[in-house]
Amino acid sequence: MRFVDEFRDADKAHALAAKIAALCEPGRQYKLMEVCGGHTHTIYKHGLEDYLPESITLVHGPGCPVCVIPMGRVDDAIHLASRPEVIMTSFGDMMRVPGSNGSFFDAKANGTDIRMVYSPLDSLKIARQNPDRQVVFMAIGFETTAPSTAMTMLRAAAEGLTNFSVFCNHVTIIPAIKAILDSPDLRLDGFIGPGHVSTIIGCRPYEFIARDYGKPVVVAGFEPLDILQSIYMLMLQLSQGRSEVENQYSRVVPWDGNLVALKAIGQTMELRPYFEWRGLGFISHSALKVRETYAAMDAELLFEVPGVRVADPKACQCGEVLKGVLKPWECKVFGTACTPETPIGTCMVSPEGACAAYYNYGRMHRSRVPEVVQLGRRP
Amino acid sequence: MCLGIPGEIVELHPEQPDLAKVNVSGVRRLINIGLLSDDPPKPGEWVLIHVGFALSKIDEAEAAAAMEFLEGIGQAYEDEIAALRDSLIE
Repeated sequence: MRFVDEFRDADKAHALAAKIAALCEPGRQYKLMEVCGGHTHTIYKHGLEDYLPESITLVHGPGCPVCVIPMGRVDDAIHLASRPEVIMTSFGDMMRVPGSNGSFFDAKANGTDIRMVYSPLDSLKIARQNPDRQVVFMAIGFETTAPSTAMTMLRAAAEGLTNFSVFCNHVTIIPAIKAILDSPDLRLDGFIGPGHVSTIIGCRPYEFIARDYGKPVVVAGFEPLDILQSIYMLMLQLSQGRSEVENQYSRVVPWDGNLVALKAIGQTMELRPYFEWRGLGFISHSALKVRETYAAMDAELLFEVPGVRVADPKACQCGEVLKGVLKPWECKVFGTACTPETPIGTCMVSPEGACAAYYNYGRMHRSRVPEVVQLGRRP
Repeated sequence: MCLGIPGEIVELHPEQPDLAKVNVSGVRRLINIGLLSDDPPKPGEWVLIHVGFALSKIDEAEAAAAMEFLEGIGQAYEDEIAALRDSLIE
């Protein structure tokens, strides 16, 4: 408890809130984007918006790997999994994401062999146990997760496993941030940088945001005081006319990232020319595919994948939510037709999605709700 | 799968240097520590675990805070621990 109080102290939170308020220029509106879904979660769980002046708006970014998978990719995966020789393995988070003909769970209920795994490494044991089947791992995630897939491929190669492959859907965060910066829909003042992604890529890849776009970036931890501290650091930069990359989460994030992880990714994967993101459309060099030297582990080469594009359901406005243009409660189906039990869009499926965070913490409309303030010492 | 969960290294695998047994909220499982091969964790040290891989070393204060954050988010964390319990890493 002593440890936790260090990150949750209500007095410190109020002190930071006062310092943040003091940095606001009268009449100026500030929009800060938290890129990572984990941060969105902290913000709503602790009602952090209630600590901020009205002139600061937190905008939720695209950093939820489940949310950005387009429907067509789900359909492709189910098509692959439905081959009789294939066992598909997937993280649990992916199982409820709707494709145009249902989710992995629906396909599984209809007899398709899709198995939930905790780690890509679990797929190797399944492959060893089923030498006459092809085990295909549904790889999703940002740079946080890509090294795990890469290390699993290296392990499979070292073992000489020939019935393991990867359906690669790994995405990279920097091109998505760039797409948002280039989008005319939204004017942002700064970024709360993702925590776990940065343990891998470090802080340098964000430098272009500060240098070329003149916006400050602060890589942040996941505790409520981390987020408030990061907002303070952003506001301080803005008030001093600076735009730099700063690391608030240095107790976990090394400035240069994890070189072993980056090397493993580079060995096994390469950038795709383009990839479709749900809501954001096609973004150049924004995703990874299996490198040619590991072609024997590339499910897209081993099996025929239809590659059909499927438009999102008309009612669903996940795209606008992912870009931060709409708040979840501004979507017409939010909390009515679309709930965590019956999700229409990915933002409501994933526990990291902005819509799920809003729904679960009772943010159903614009007004700030003082009762949700939970930050502080517990009894 | 998005979560980073803290675990304490209990013992290193005697034959496979990439593997270590960790304790996460009383659940003991093998994880891969290969991403930390530049500075491998030792028994008693804490790591942040993501989908069966240690991503970075953390100190005990960070671990306690991360754990309480995770316990507070409810279902997603319970799902993660259940998945870890079922993991097949060897």
